[in-house]
This record gives sequence, C-alpha cells and structure tokens, in this order.
Amino acid sequence: MHLLLEQLINGLTIGSFYALIALGYSMVYGVLKLINFAHGDFFTLGSYLGYTVLVFGTALLTAHFGLWGGMMAATVVAAISVSIVGIVVERLAYRPVYPAGRLPAVVSALGASIFLQNAIMVIWGPRYQAYPSQLIPNMHFQFGDIFITLLQIIILVFSFLLMSVLYYVIQRTTFGAAIRAAAHDRHTAALMGIDFNKVILFIFTLGPALGAVTGVMVGMYYRQISFTMGWNYGLKAFTATILGGIGNIPGAMFGGLILGVLEMLGASYISAAWKDVFVFLILILVLIFRPTGLFGEKVAEKV
Amino acid sequence: MPVNTNSTGSARTLSVPRWIMPMLAGAILLIYPFLVSDYYIDIAFYFGIYALLGLSLNIVLGEVGLFDLGHAGFYAIGAYVTAILNTRYGIPIFVLLPVSGLAAALFAYIVCSPIIHLKGDYLCIVTIGVGEIVRIALINNPFDLTGGPNGVFGIDFPRIGELLVIDSSLEYYFLIWAVVGLSIIGLISLQNSRIGRAWNCIREDGIAASASGIDVRYYKLLAFVLGAGLAGIAGNIYASKLMCVSPESFSFWESCLMFCIVLIGGMGSIPGVLIGAAFISLFPEIFRPFAMYRMLVFGSVMILMMMFRPGGFWPRKRGGVSYRSLMEDSGD
Repeated sequence: MHLLLEQLINGLTIGSFYALIALGYSMVYGVLKLINFAHGDFFTLGSYLGYTVLVFGTALLTAHFGLWGGMMAATVVAAISVSIVGIVVERLAYRPVYPAGRLPAVVSALGASIFLQNAIMVIWGPRYQAYPSQLIPNMHFQFGDIFITLLQIIILVFSFLLMSVLYYVIQRTTFGAAIRAAAHDRHTAALMGIDFNKVILFIFTLGPALGAVTGVMVGMYYRQISFTMGWNYGLKAFTATILGGIGNIPGAMFGGLILGVLEMLGASYISAAWKDVFVFLILILVLIFRPTGLFGEKVAEKV
Repeated sequence: MPVNTNSTGSARTLSVPRWIMPMLAGAILLIYPFLVSDYYIDIAFYFGIYALLGLSLNIVLGEVGLFDLGHAGFYAIGAYVTAILNTRYGIPIFVLLPVSGLAAALFAYIVCSPIIHLKGDYLCIVTIGVGEIVRIALINNPFDLTGGPNGVFGIDFPRIGELLVIDSSLEYYFLIWAVVGLSIIGLISLQNSRIGRAWNCIREDGIAASASGIDVRYYKLLAFVLGAGLAGIAGNIYASKLMCVSPESFSFWESCLMFCIVLIGGMGSIPGVLIGAAFISLFPEIFRPFAMYRMLVFGSVMILMMMFRPGGFWPRKRGGVSYRSLMEDSGD
C-alpha cells in the first residue's frame, strides 16, 4: 500500500512536468493546428538557462535575494528569455509558413527543433550538465509510511499553482475567451474583433515560459540535463496532450498527470524497462475506443 | 538534379519528351560510381536507402495523406527479421529480401487494423507510439532475440552460392539503386492505376471518397501495408550492408527524417522524393566543413525551404493543376 502511495506521488511529480509542457503544445495546437515540435527544445533551453543562472549567478543572486529568491530569479530569467526565443521562433520560422498550410509548418517546426537543439549543443557543449546540488535542503516529510521530499512538495505546489492560474486565465477571463474563440474558429473570431496576432503572441509567450519553468524544475529534480532531453519530454508531453484531447487545456493537464502516474505505476509494478511501452499501449487503447482523447469533444465532420 | 522548368504550366508546348529526365538521371547513376572513390559511392548508397524509405513513406503520407511518424518501426522490423533469421538459421539475404518485406507488411497490417479509423494528428501520435514500442522492445531484448542495445552482429553479404557475392561498395550501390529503380517503376504504375486514384481521392476528401463507393478503410490499410513492405525491404539491404543492426538506427528521429524527405520533395511526387532524399543524405556530407554548426544550417535550410517552396521542391501535378490539400488548410 505504501509503495502504491509513494509511486502515486512520484507519478504526480513527473506528471506535472508533462502537464506543464503539454499545455504549451495544446495551446499552440488549439489555435494554429500546428504540432510545435520545437516546444520540447524550449523546455531544454529553459533548463540550460536556469542551470547557467544557478551556477554562475548563485553567489550574486543569493546575496541579494536569499536562497529561495535566487532560485526564483533563475526560474524567472529562464522563463522570460525562453518566451522571447519563443516569440522570435514564431516570427521567423512559423509565421511566414502559415499561409501554405499545415504540413509545411510541421517541417518548419522540425527544422526549428533541430536548430534549437544544436544551438544548445554548440553553446553548452554536447556533454551532460549537472545542476548544483544542495540547492534545496534535503529534507523529507513522513506521513505514516510515506516519505515526500521537500523538493517534491515544492514542485507539486508550484506546478498546481501555475496550472490553476492558467486554467483561470483561459476559462474565466475575457482574454481567455478570445483564445478559446480563436481556437474554435479563427476567421469568425477575427470578425468579432479578436486580434489573432495578439492571441498568437500570448500563446508563444506563455507556452515556452511554462516549458522553461518545467525545465528548471526537471533540472532540480533529476540534477542532470542533456541537450537532447527535449525530444523525450516533448514526445511524452505530446502524448499527454493527445491523451487528454488535443487543443483542450484541462485535458492536457489531466493527460499529463495521468501519463505520469501510469508511467510510475507501470515502472514499479510491471517493468521499468517496459514502462514507455506500457504508456504508449494505454494511449493506443484509449484512442481505439475514444478516437479524440479522454476529454476531447466529438466534432461532427464538416462536408 | 536540375529542375526541368519546361515541363510545367504554360510552357507545355515547348517541353522536352517526358522520358528525357529519367534517362538522364539513370545515365548519371550508372556512370557516377566509376568516377568517384568508395567513400562517395557509400554516400550514394545511403542516398539510395533514404530514397527507398522516402518512396515507402510517400505511399502512406504522400498518396493517401496519412500522417505516419513511426515509419522507422517498419524499417526496423525488416532489418531485424533479416538479421535474426540470417545469423541464427543462415538463411541467405536474398531469400530474406521478400521475407523481411512481407514481415514488415504483416506487422503493419496487424498494428494498423485497429487504428486505421483515427484522424490526422491522432493517427500521427499512434504511429509514433508504434515506432517507439518497436524500438524499446528491441532494446529490451525479448526472448533473447534482438541482442538488446548492442543489436545483432555478423550479418552475411547477399549472395547466390559463390556465383554472385555482393560485398563491395560498388555492388551494394547497384543493388540498392536497382531496387529503387524497380520500386519507382512499380509505384508509377500504381499512381496511374485505380488504386492510385482511389488513394489520391481519399487524400483530397475522405468523405467524398467513401460517398463515391471507395472502401476507405481498405485502401488506407493497403497503403500502410505496401509502405511498410517497402520499408522492410530497405531494412534488409541496410542490415546486410552494415553487417549489424542496433535499435538506435531506428529512432523517432529517422521517422522524422523520412517525413521531411516526403514534404521537402513534394507530397506524392516520385522525383520529389528523390530530391528530398538527396537533401537529407547529401546535405550533412556537403556541409561537413561546418563541423558542429552544420545541423544549425540544416535546421535553418529546412525552415527556409518551407517558406519559399511550401509545396516541396518538385510538387506533383496532374494536368497542370496542383493538389488542393497541399495549398490549403486541410486540418478540418
């Protein structure tokens, strides 16, 4: 029983990573119908920027803001820089390709992904980088039989906070309504006075920023980062997006959490080596019976 | 390969005969290996492998418009069937050539039957999933067959007794290009057949296709089975050329490369696939002097190409009209 609970918490932790990355995929897909392959690399870039700030700026930052402030500063710097990169990528690589349709945009996104991944390799070198240890006091709490580390609690609280804010913005504010309208029907939304470019600007600011924050958290959690890790996380997050129903914001969050939990349960109860097979099998089974994902709406086909 | 501008659009009356270009390309391919060193012959061999893989994915993605980002899985099945049957039971590579194609086709039939009803991006992620499942399974060495992360070693040369042994770069070059040439002939006649027209019809409008009495499910499955079979054959030749296979050769990245080959060349266009394959296989060689920056250039060129030639380098046209789905938003 306590193994199950511990694995659930581990699963929720990595699930919240997937969920935060999946949000970026889902927002972009919802509005532009584009699978943004470069999104995984925004995440990697955020992780590396956070690493640089923490390694080379810790002394300075912690002197001014204290330890927690220093880490917050690293996260914020990573988020802001990556969202700038996100906007630049959108302007240079995606915007000129939109008029041509969806498939050229996919190739362009793959090109952007290759570019970013190799830019990271050129800047930081091809070897693994290690996050500084002992940033967060190595404390853990005990509830009955279960141990939770302080870091896990911080990650869980922080990501749930981010997700709730995003959920609120998308579902409850006027701007969120504009985004949902643009996702639903972009031409009619434009007729209603919604500035499509602002919507794009917003999703390409927020998506990469969320990815970057996740990157910093992954760096702190696993301590080891590599320039290729964006592929793997990107693929998992994309799977989560589809599992929840693509373009559906709450769906992406739940998809990510469910995926993380399934992966941990599969790893501990079935086999660690086969956990990804387990995840993809579940995905395929879900899609066979619910072809538009767990929370996807059934859309009548236009003829 | 120069783009023949005469054969398109308004200049139709001035166009050179249609057989000139293929003859020219064939002649260049025949002479080329006698002019260069083994290193460049090997590069042209890998160009041939990518051309074959591009042609195989082109059936699924180009002709029918199904997003398949797991094609490396079928390629892997072909290569591993060859590797395992050859090293364990000593079955000759040439015998395994059709066998690996059939095995990949059968695998495609089994895994694609339940998922063929999925639309667009949902099908895309499921094919990614299938490809990843194959790769992870190969790493995990089920039943001690696949040799785990190291793969299978000691695959034989293709041979017919002692009469014909293919063991030099030159002979492999002719083997792969002979297979590519035969596939192109087969695929051109498919394009102009009832099957090819049904495929294109499904790509342009699936609902209209089924309303016109086309069995959409059957033709989609047929595309997957044929595409996988061709990829399996490519896997056979690749395995015997390398003499070993390992799971990392069949990663998601390979599937992405095949996807790019088809889209860079032009969906459904056979000369386009050859150009796309040339780009993917020759570009990293040409830009070797850039060392670690070459993939930066590669990524940027991909973006630039899609900006300036979004329909691909050599888009397929029928009666001078380019296909609707390539130019418009085909998402809904």
